[in-house]
Amino acid sequence: MRIWKFGDDIDTDAIIPGRFLTEYEPEKLAVHLFEGTRDDCRTGVQPGDIIVAGKNFGCGSSREHAPLALLGAGVKIVVAESFARIFYRNAVNTGLLPLVCPDTGGLEEGHEATVDIDNGVLTSDGVAYPIEPVPPFMQAIIDAGGLVEYAKEMKEVELCTGSQR
Amino acid sequence: MGATLVEKIFSSRCDRGVRAGEVVMAPVDRAMVHDITGPLAVRVFKEMDGEQVFDPARIVMLFDHQVPADSVPAAENQQFMREFAREQEIHNYDLREGVCHQVLMEKGHAAPGEIIVGSDSHTCTYGAAGAFATGIGSTDMGFVLKFGALYFRVPESIEVTVSGTFAPRVGAKDLILSIAGDIGAGGATYQALEFCGETIETMPMTGRMTCCNMAIEMGAKAGIVPPDAVTREYVQARRPGAEIADLAPDRDAVYADRRAYDVTDLVPQVAVPHNVDHVVDVGEVAGTHIDQVFIGSCTNGRYEDFVEAAEVLGDRKFSDDIRVIVVPASKEEYLKTLRAGLIEKFVEAGALVEAPCCGPCMGGAFGLLAPGEVSLSTSNRNFRGRQGSTEAEVYLCSPATAAASAITGAITDPREL
Repeated sequence: MRIWKFGDDIDTDAIIPGRFLTEYEPEKLAVHLFEGTRDDCRTGVQPGDIIVAGKNFGCGSSREHAPLALLGAGVKIVVAESFARIFYRNAVNTGLLPLVCPDTGGLEEGHEATVDIDNGVLTSDGVAYPIEPVPPFMQAIIDAGGLVEYAKEMKEVELCTGSQR
Repeated sequence: MGATLVEKIFSSRCDRGVRAGEVVMAPVDRAMVHDITGPLAVRVFKEMDGEQVFDPARIVMLFDHQVPADSVPAAENQQFMREFAREQEIHNYDLREGVCHQVLMEKGHAAPGEIIVGSDSHTCTYGAAGAFATGIGSTDMGFVLKFGALYFRVPESIEVTVSGTFAPRVGAKDLILSIAGDIGAGGATYQALEFCGETIETMPMTGRMTCCNMAIEMGAKAGIVPPDAVTREYVQARRPGAEIADLAPDRDAVYADRRAYDVTDLVPQVAVPHNVDHVVDVGEVAGTHIDQVFIGSCTNGRYEDFVEAAEVLGDRKFSDDIRVIVVPASKEEYLKTLRAGLIEKFVEAGALVEAPCCGPCMGGAFGLLAPGEVSLSTSNRNFRGRQGSTEAEVYLCSPATAAASAITGAITDPREL
């Protein structure tokens, strides 16, 4: 998988501009992925490539079109130093894997990388970067195949149940 | 160990002591969907084998982003939502009332102690009514439509204490911009901002809405003001007979951080392109040429905002070199502004006044910028490409600064006019 490198505070308007939100199918959204902000990525991204970013990836609007556009382009994983709250959750819900890597500074655009989720490590240019484990309640949704599949199995919710962090 | 306001709301709605960091399946008192993120939420609801929504009376639907429909796909999405509302007997304000956050507040859909979710990031606005309100995505909303509940990680809170009296032409928007500049765009991620202090206590609901609205610009899950007499009067006028929960954080509540601000010497603030936390005193960017001014949005599209703008305008005209777009946030605010003679005043001064909607804020329906153009906007986001071309620039400011700048054609300190 090839790395597309981004900086801090990549907002959802940059990922998918507001004027394209009448679409909802991932493939149609993917046509406009990063339109105007990273057109090289929009036209060059290949299925299996990964996005690597700095802090606060996905800030801004609640639009779920952002993770869907990435999925439509074949991106399955976004690695960032931190994620904005709504995007992180939207990603998990739709099946895009958001991985937190405390320091992405050394990772380089266009270089190859491999991700070993079970052992929590991303490797590129022979260097291993630690990846934080996904929180347990998010892992349950991912294991089910996203929130839709998770919810299909539920007839009703048991209110106020939960878990510690 | 005491509890924060947010911990108290979750504890109350869950009937047990709930602490920050805990993940709970909490009941939702109100859910809001609009024309942009709603269609996806409804599709997800159906994919989840949803047949009947959890409680039509607790769901509010309206259209505000692409209003009136600006394309055939937008019209199709609204048609799809109308049919769903009819079939599920959900109240649909359609495109008649205005911007979701203003409309939910003024129609009494938000009250102290409630948990409210909306498929729009600025849902945190309802914290002004003492509710825990947060923006969610469409898949989460599909889940809420089916079950009337959602998983929440109860956030830690940052206590934001504000003291002092605003100088003339300085107000809530300048305060929240300065706080955003201080905390940063991701500085409150996964936390809640609990606003308190004498300045907040004396602030009308309009200013509280402006402050809570922009909590998300710091990554916060919610912004909230402890309910008081101002809240009570506002909510009871809109929901007669409503029982208002008595709610305040404990004195020994544990906060992730405590920040104090004094507005006494605060001057008008401007967020410069392309981040909301790139905030400077107006003097630092005064004289910057602008092509368009937008006064409106869920942040600053209320009657009081237009009064402020009109006071700055006085008997002058807006500059012929720029476009001035005025968009009231709701029908109610529009009519108040109209009846006070301000719409006429703005039109005569050279502004375009549009029907209540989000307007240029999201770069959807109209008012888009060409490459190289500069906009000054009272809305809440200045991300690259937000209002049209990715080569355009958006500055954010208060209604007073917007009006002053619209007169001169360049960014102007409203205290100098």
